Amino acid sequence: MDIEPQETHSSIRRTLESEIQELKDELLYLGSMVEKQILGSVDGLKKRDLEAAQKIIDTDKEINSKRYDIEEKVMIAIATQQPMAHDLRLLASILEIAGELERMGDYAKGIATINIRMKDEPLLKPLVDIPRMAQKGTDMLHRSLTAFLNEDVEAARAIPQEDDDVDHLYDQVYRELMVLIIQDPKGIQRANWLLWAAHNLERVADRVTNICERTIFSATGEMREISSEKKD
Amino acid sequence: MEMNIAIKENDNLKMDGDIRIKVKAHHLSVYYGKFRALTDINMEIQERKITAIIGPSGCGKSTLLRSFNRMNDLTPSARIEGEIELDEEDIYGNNVDVVDVRRRIGMVFQRPNPFPKSIYDNVAYGPRLYGIHQRGVLDGIVESSIKQAALWDEVKDKLHQSGMSLSGGQQQRLCIARALAVQPEVILMDEPASALDPISTLRIEELMHDLAKNYTIIIVTHNMQQAARVSDFTAMMMIDETRSGRMIEYNSTNIIFTRPEDKRTEDYVTGRFG
Repeated sequence: MDIEPQETHSSIRRTLESEIQELKDELLYLGSMVEKQILGSVDGLKKRDLEAAQKIIDTDKEINSKRYDIEEKVMIAIATQQPMAHDLRLLASILEIAGELERMGDYAKGIATINIRMKDEPLLKPLVDIPRMAQKGTDMLHRSLTAFLNEDVEAARAIPQEDDDVDHLYDQVYRELMVLIIQDPKGIQRANWLLWAAHNLERVADRVTNICERTIFSATGEMREISSEKKD
Repeated sequence: MEMNIAIKENDNLKMDGDIRIKVKAHHLSVYYGKFRALTDINMEIQERKITAIIGPSGCGKSTLLRSFNRMNDLTPSARIEGEIELDEEDIYGNNVDVVDVRRRIGMVFQRPNPFPKSIYDNVAYGPRLYGIHQRGVLDGIVESSIKQAALWDEVKDKLHQSGMSLSGGQQQRLCIARALAVQPEVILMDEPASALDPISTLRIEELMHDLAKNYTIIIVTHNMQQAARVSDFTAMMMIDETRSGRMIEYNSTNIIFTRPEDKRTEDYVTGRFG
């Protein structure tokens, strides 16, 4: 029989390593789904596109099932491959991050729900800072996942500091809406909708911080809360 | 207790291409004299997959494994009821050549047991028994078998040294190469790594993964973690009140180790079974 076996390379845990790689790929895929959802939900709100909003809500189910899928695979890898030390921290972090991503997906769904609830009411004001928050939040999310996959501890420590930028945008939206409410209290409901959307986006950035914490934990074993410098 | 456990299809079973059943035990019972060591085992073993048999000591794992290539025939008082099929043919049938059965279903034992011969002669032993003597042909078989056993790089320059000169892990891979040399279809492994250190154990396990691309592997192990790491399917055995071995659960390894259906399997895999 002329079968050339794969030569044993340096690693003798190829099964575990390929399972981990598969999970990393899936986590990245889940992350890109969530990014798309966040940007899509805000774009839908900006354009008052109810069809797009409904699509966001439908897609959220896929995100949830993808998260369960990752969760199950991590469980199986832990049960069957008995990972230790870094491998174990990495898998535990994947479990945690998949949960964070799923919750971020819920924020996008929340924004889409607001859009639908607004029915044919026009926006209280054209959206400027809210799309900026979405842009900034998803950019942070994207980089935090890259940092996780590359075990880039330096980036993981730096990214949460940018949370202040998002908080700053949120404060700006808040103040602006308050002024509009004072000027015309009839706009309270419409202002509240936008505030709610902005709040969801502010939470996205907070969860990016959690991802960065897991990156540091996975890479170094250090489990500590990261707080941004100017946090109130 | 009538048990007829077929492999269930589920999300966790990775089905690549057609599923072929290579070995099948059908209402198999094994007796040693009057003692019924195994009772009514029904089991379908998939081709080119790794199937692990686990269970507490004395539950009949090795008896079951040994009945797959008629090794129990060597025990005078042993007899079986039911059938074991290899490619749908009863290996205990009347016109079956036992030697051919054991060629097609090879075995690797707990302790590495190389012959006190050279590495080359260990591997060439089987083919020679089957009448292959041309040097060129033997050379080819020896090389490809040792390569498949992931041992080639370590021994290619010393094929004529004694097999006994190798480390335990290397000796076990030599035994695997020896088993492969007669071109088996199924490889039975009885605790193949229990005498080895952890690194050699992992190396054997990775080797099993490679071999499963071409062979059907059935492994008996005391080491649940090993069964979990290495196998696609796991069969859980236990003795009943008459001390006879029975199969209590058989499913994909992922299921057995994350959500077994039988409480006794749960107790065993979680270490709560005393």
